[in-house]
Order: sequence, then structure tokens, then C-alpha cells
Amino acid sequence: MTRQHAPAVRVSGLRKAFGDTAAVAGLDLRVQPGEIFGLVGPDGAGKTTVFRLLLGLLRPDAGEVSLAGFDVGKQPQQARARTGYVAQQFTLFGALSVAENMQFVQRVRSLEPATARQRTDELLRLTGLQRFHSRLARDLSGGMKRKLVLACALLHRPPLLLLDEPTTGVDPVSRREFWRMLYELSAEGVTLIVSTPYLDEAERCGRLGFMAGGRLLALDTPTGLLGHMPDALVQIRTPARLEARRRLQARSDVRRVETVGDALRVAYDPGADLEDSRELGRWLAAQGIPVEAVEPQTPTLRDVFSALSDRGDPA
Amino acid sequence: MNASGLVVEAEALTRRFGDFTAVDGVDLHVERGAVFGFLGPSGSGKTTVIRMLCGLLRPTGGTGRVAGFDIGREAERVRENIGYMSQKFSLYADLTVRENLEFYGGVYGLERERLAERIEEVLHRLELESRSHRLTAELPLGWKQRVALGAALLHQPPILFLDEPTSGVDPASQRLFWELLDDLTAGGTTIFITTHTMDEAERCGRVGVMYGGRLIANDTPERLRGSFAGVLYHAEAEPLLVALEVARSLPGVEDAVMCGSALHVTAVREEPERLRSGLEAGGLRVREVRRIAPTLEDVFVQLILRSAAGLIEAGREEVAE
Repeated sequence: MTRQHAPAVRVSGLRKAFGDTAAVAGLDLRVQPGEIFGLVGPDGAGKTTVFRLLLGLLRPDAGEVSLAGFDVGKQPQQARARTGYVAQQFTLFGALSVAENMQFVQRVRSLEPATARQRTDELLRLTGLQRFHSRLARDLSGGMKRKLVLACALLHRPPLLLLDEPTTGVDPVSRREFWRMLYELSAEGVTLIVSTPYLDEAERCGRLGFMAGGRLLALDTPTGLLGHMPDALVQIRTPARLEARRRLQARSDVRRVETVGDALRVAYDPGADLEDSRELGRWLAAQGIPVEAVEPQTPTLRDVFSALSDRGDPA
Repeated sequence: MNASGLVVEAEALTRRFGDFTAVDGVDLHVERGAVFGFLGPSGSGKTTVIRMLCGLLRPTGGTGRVAGFDIGREAERVRENIGYMSQKFSLYADLTVRENLEFYGGVYGLERERLAERIEEVLHRLELESRSHRLTAELPLGWKQRVALGAALLHQPPILFLDEPTSGVDPASQRLFWELLDDLTAGGTTIFITTHTMDEAERCGRVGVMYGGRLIANDTPERLRGSFAGVLYHAEAEPLLVALEVARSLPGVEDAVMCGSALHVTAVREEPERLRSGLEAGGLRVREVRRIAPTLEDVFVQLILRSAAGLIEAGREEVAE
């Protein structure tokens, strides 16, 4: 395979343990150029370890990682030069202005000044930060800080960008704005790997890899993942929510009960010995718990995430 | 609390800082045992409202009562009758879980025996018993969050103000947290919570949206979703970025955004064939056009953008940021 046509990310047989804990327990993954790939799953699933392995900050116990055709272990400089990283925390200098932060990155990356200046202009335009270019970074709003971190990570034109929860704690309008930029980058051929436990971000990715316990449990588009739902779902409306929840949680065929507004969303074993989807409602009513409505539900991405997280949990 | 069962009552609540009106005539009513979600971008006036309702900042106009006390004249009584937890849980990292609770109990002025009793209750209720002797610094974020909630609950306040309590906490811990909130509201505690996560907003009984110092919406999540103006479509077409431009230029299309490998298109009327043929006329290969239900996020974004456009038209100010 020529380098131009190499996958943006190729991971095979990747393993990393810390003491007795296997943080990454055999991971295989291919991401094509221009994809927006979401690495999703609960905290402790191994997402951060995968990122550190991709960035070459950790050495794997086994397996290989190559970025844009360069082996991270054997050709670390080439791989690093092709990777940008957007950390979750604000990683820039608050006391420097927007433009000064960009200049700083230019020097650290030893980029040619004229090219870097041109690229800076492009990026300030992309992120809408032009009119704030002399504002101190610490005086930017949360959403604008994220955009500045993004701009700095893109200064050396990496074909691959790793983003760690890029829009956590940002309001929905700013979140949409930030993702609009990510889609533009993807259309230019930049590959984006987004690590996140949050649905608000996951549903915007083109393809998702759901990790739990160091393994990939599912790999599909957001719509395709809906087909991975292992539980059946029903929503039960009752004024005695707390009591109903306790009784349902005590049943062995009920896997999860969540309160949504004034109703309970109940995930249960589809192989359970129930007459139909309304049986759980009738069961509650037979015990004197008033039941106002019982409605079978189609799963959302959130339901699938909850179910897969539980499954990945060894407890 | 009064006979009407309202724990928060605010009428025309206003706060000016010099020439700047941070909060502009906000009416707010929250019933006992309700979960009220308070949403809005940064700079919308959300935090100023909360500071006033917590008795930390005097309103410059309007009136407000929280837990039955006037937020201007009886600010101290208000502060004694609320629990507050912020996204930066102010716990002492070098103290154990129990020591943190002892410290906060002292701050709230609980007398010794009562405090000892309440600490046991809170540890039990939040399932923190097995970790009560751990240093707070060593706990994962989800557990710290529970300790902070416990501290805010020690004096059994009738209302809890939670400012982005689950920011940065993973969904499994979020789920547990909401289960605890559910237990509390069933016991009559009122929850006033801010969040940027629409997933959490969906779980609230009512949701208020702030923008430009005003409360621009206040309803149940279900009715808010129903208030979406226009029709939302999921459209799959190739090449997607060209499709985005074409969709935006079509008559009757209010907005189009990317979502994963599809577009979400807001149209004024329900005419899916017109959208499809419009995209095809633009030279695109259209795989699918189907109507979808708007999410709370779609509604939130529409509300904010429309308000922002209104403010610009009125010459009042620039869009946020």
C-alpha cells in the first residue's frame, strides 16, 4: 500500500496493561482519511489509553499503531508531524493574546514563519476568531477558548486530528458552531478522531467505536448502532415512581430503570418470559401501584450506550 | 414555603450593573418537589439569577421569594434554607469524605448530635459509607460529585441549587446522580439545576431558557419540543457538503446543519418532495429524506438564534460572543 492511500489510522492487536489491569485488551481499528470517528464509552473504558498510544506517549505491550502510514513506534517523528491534538483542558497561555498563542505554537513546531502567518489567517477565519486576535486568551469565553485550541492544533496542517471531549461544558449553539468547523475540516480530507463519553458529541460522528473494559464492543454508524441494542424498552407512567422503580429493579429480567420526566424508562431482557411489552405495567398494577400509561419504546443512542456500558462492566 | 406550594416565586426580577442589564424582568415559579432545568449560553444572565435566588446578590428591580423568604429583605434566611452545589465542587482534597461533611455541617450551623446523625444518613443515602475514610483527592470525579451533593444536603434544605453538577462526569455516574435526585424530589425536595447537556434537560419536569437577560422559554421538555417552528428533515445526499450549500439556498428552508453523515434541514412547511427535488436539481444523489422529531437541542438553538436575530434587529446588542 502506498502512503497516500494508507488508512489514516491503523491499529492492530493493540494491548496495554497497567499492573494487572488491561487498559487496552486487543484493539483492531482502521479509520479512513476524512472520516470523523468517535471513540466512545464510559470513563475507564480505555479511551484515554488509546489516545496516549496513538500520540506515542505510551509504548504498547503488544500490537502496532500507524498514522498516515507511519509506524508510531518506529517512525515517531514522522507520525507526530502528521498529528494534531486538542486536549480537553485549556492548554494555552491565558496571559498571551490569540495571535501570540498561535505564534508560540509556530515556534514550538518550528514552522516556516511566512507559511505559518498565512495559515494563521486561514484558521482565524475558519474559527471566527479574527476580531479577537489581540484579546488575551484568558478573557475569551469557553467556546472561543476551544476554538483557539483547535486553531493551534491545526497550524502545522496535520492530516489527522485527535480531539478529547472537544465540546464538553459548551452550550448547544457554540457546540453546533464548533462541529460545523470539524465537518469543514473533514470535507478537506482531515481525519478526526473524537474521544467522548457524551451522546451530544457521539451522534455527530460518522462512525462510532464503542469501548468498554479495554475492548471494542461495537463498531458502526450512529444509526447502525441502534441495531446493537440488546434490551427491550418500555416507558411506564406512574405517580408512584419511586416505589415502582424499586419493585422493577428487584426483578431479575429488568436490566435498567431510569426516570425521564414523570415516567420510568425500563430496559428488560427481550428473552424474558413476558406475555407482551405491557406485561410489566400490568404486573405493577396488580400490586396496587397506579399505572397511567405503558408505551413500548424504540431505542435511542443513549439507550444503546447505557446497555453497552452495563455489558462492559465486569461487575 | 407558602400555601400555593411554590418554592421559587420571582416577579419581574431585574438586576442592573451600571448601564448593563444582566437580568431583565424575569418571572419564575417553581413548585415543591419539581426539577427545574435552567438553560442558556454563557453571558445569558443565568448565573446572576441564581445568585439572586440564593440570597447572594440583591435585585435592583422586581421581587423574589425562595423557600418562603424574601430574597432582598431576608437574604440570610434564604441562604439558611437552600443547598448549593457548583460545578467546581468546593471540597477539601486533603480531608476525608467524612471530614468534609463535618466541615460543611459546621458551616451550616448544625449542632453536634444532629450533625453526627445527618452525616450517617447522608453517607447511607448516597452509598458513601464504604468510602467515608478515603481522602477526597483520591476519589473519582463521580464520587466527589456525590460528596458535594451530600454536603449540600446536610441541613435538609427544601431546595437545592445545582450549577452544572455533572459537567465532566461520565454518563454512568450521571445516571446514578439523577437517581439520587429522583429520590430527593419524591421526598419533596425541589431541584433547580443548570446544564448544557440536553440529555439532562430532557429529564427535568420543566425547562427555562435564558438569553440576553430574559427568560425566553419556560415549559415542559415535551411542549418545548412541540413548539419547534417548522418541520425538521433528516436528509442523506452525496456529496454532503455540497448538499449543505444547496439545501441552505432552497426557498422555504430556514436552516441546514450537518449531523454525522446526514443533514438536518429545517423547512417552513412539510413538503419533503420539494426538498428532495430541490437537492436533486442541484446535481446531488439523494439517498433519503425523512421527517424527524426535533430534539430539545434543535429547539434550544432555534430559540437562541431567533432571539439573537431579534436583538440585532432591535439594535440592542451583538450575538453572544
